[in-house]
Amino acid sequence: MWQAIAFYVFAAVIIFSALMVIAARNPVHSVLFLILAFLNAAALFVLLGAEFLAWILVIVYVGAVAVLFLFVVMMLDIDFAALRAGFMQYLPIGALAGLVIISELVVVFLGWATAGPATTPSATMPGISNTESLGRIIYTDYIFYFQTAGLILLVAMIGAIVLTLRHKPGVKRQSIRNQVRRVPAEAIELLEVKPGQGVT
Amino acid sequence: MLLTPWLQSLGLPYAAAWLISQSVFIVILSVALLVMLAFLLLFDRKVWAAVQIRRGPNVVGAFGLLQSFADFIKFVLKEAVVPAGANKGVFLLAPLVAFTLALAAWAVVPLNPGWVVADINVGILYLFAISSLGVYGIIMGGWASNSKYAFLGSLRSAAQMVSYEVSIGFILITVLLFAGSLNLSAIVRAQAPDIRHWFVISPLFPMFILFFVSALAETNRPPFDLPEAESELVAGFAVEYSSTPYLLFMCGEYLNVVLMCAMASILFFGGWLPVVDIWPLNVVPGVIWLLLKIWFFFFLFAMVKAIVPRYRYDQLMRLGWKVFLPISLAWVLISAGYLFAIGRIS
Repeated sequence: MWQAIAFYVFAAVIIFSALMVIAARNPVHSVLFLILAFLNAAALFVLLGAEFLAWILVIVYVGAVAVLFLFVVMMLDIDFAALRAGFMQYLPIGALAGLVIISELVVVFLGWATAGPATTPSATMPGISNTESLGRIIYTDYIFYFQTAGLILLVAMIGAIVLTLRHKPGVKRQSIRNQVRRVPAEAIELLEVKPGQGVT
Repeated sequence: MLLTPWLQSLGLPYAAAWLISQSVFIVILSVALLVMLAFLLLFDRKVWAAVQIRRGPNVVGAFGLLQSFADFIKFVLKEAVVPAGANKGVFLLAPLVAFTLALAAWAVVPLNPGWVVADINVGILYLFAISSLGVYGIIMGGWASNSKYAFLGSLRSAAQMVSYEVSIGFILITVLLFAGSLNLSAIVRAQAPDIRHWFVISPLFPMFILFFVSALAETNRPPFDLPEAESELVAGFAVEYSSTPYLLFMCGEYLNVVLMCAMASILFFGGWLPVVDIWPLNVVPGVIWLLLKIWFFFFLFAMVKAIVPRYRYDQLMRLGWKVFLPISLAWVLISAGYLFAIGRIS
């Protein structure tokens, strides 16, 4: 019973915060609600016993991805009036896209067949931990898919670096090695300055 | 956790006994942590004072022992000012987030065999996740203050914490390769019985140094305290905060420092294990050993703050991305290869 109550609480918070993501006026509030939704989704994973997935979700999405979102959104100089201005203009296309999605959902839900009462799913094989069972599956059964996914991510990462890396000419750069190599003898010169003559 | 069997013997059902004993344990742990924090703050200030040949706080109570409590009363009794241009909800939420997360991380820290609020299988991931969430308190506070200094401070802080988290993640991976588990109690047990098997005396030693420096950066402590560099940004992200909200920020920050000390003790210095497993030392309770190790690392943190000058921001980023990340990444490979060669993993 407690599990069911917890599930409905977390699910309700997810739905509410997902709604607020699109309804909030301030984009920063939207991102914060998105983070709340991620956290509650992680809580649902914990309820299923998939603790490894839950914390990976928190680390990757909340700890890294959402921070970058928040960064970008905070930096934007958002003019609320300009946002409102285009509303009527984009309404037909937006409404059309919404209608398509809703009709697709309706089709899917009409064809929904409910299976008989299922046994409670278990994320863990008896005797070994969640992390270990996940590792066994990924690294034995799905090793090629896993490696392919890794390669795709690597290509994406290198692509992003190539797109943003610029070598501007004429920029002064510091070389830590040269700085560390400096010795007092070549950095400081002691001169005997006679009064009234200065340094030549 | 420990009270559950006793409460069950009184006739309570398991669920109720578990709930009561967990609540009691959580309350005791939080209060003990906060009281320890008060004395750690004083200790911190005394160490800086000693380095600078001053006396430090010595007026309130004997040797200034009650200084932190006096500070606490001062903070709480002051007026909490909310700037007119601030985003009020987020402004007040930010210190709560920072403090709650800092306290929540302690749920998985094992103080003694079995003395842990939640002995979850992925304890190390939980700690990593909670410490990476810590950045939200700072970003939210900096943004909601609606002030240049606060915003710049929070941006610096977020970039810094995200950068050093990456190498901390790899360091944790090397440790859990050696321990063979993500459970913190199991990591401590893998270092039994004494200093001969601690991970600091092993091929992991360079990782310990990296972890310590990354912990300094992750908790925004000097020499990496750029988010609140007072000579550049007044007080960084906390510039608009006063009274209790500021107190929460400060307590959260120090709790994170203590957490990093506890993590260093658990991951590399054998947590609750005695230094040498011989008679007078191994009857000392494990909690005492863990506390001694935490205070030792806290002393190191305080000494670093007193001695080392502040880094420049580009140096900080270079250290994180170009030095620590390659070394820790290489060490994951090396230690996995080492463990494979000696047959510990297959």
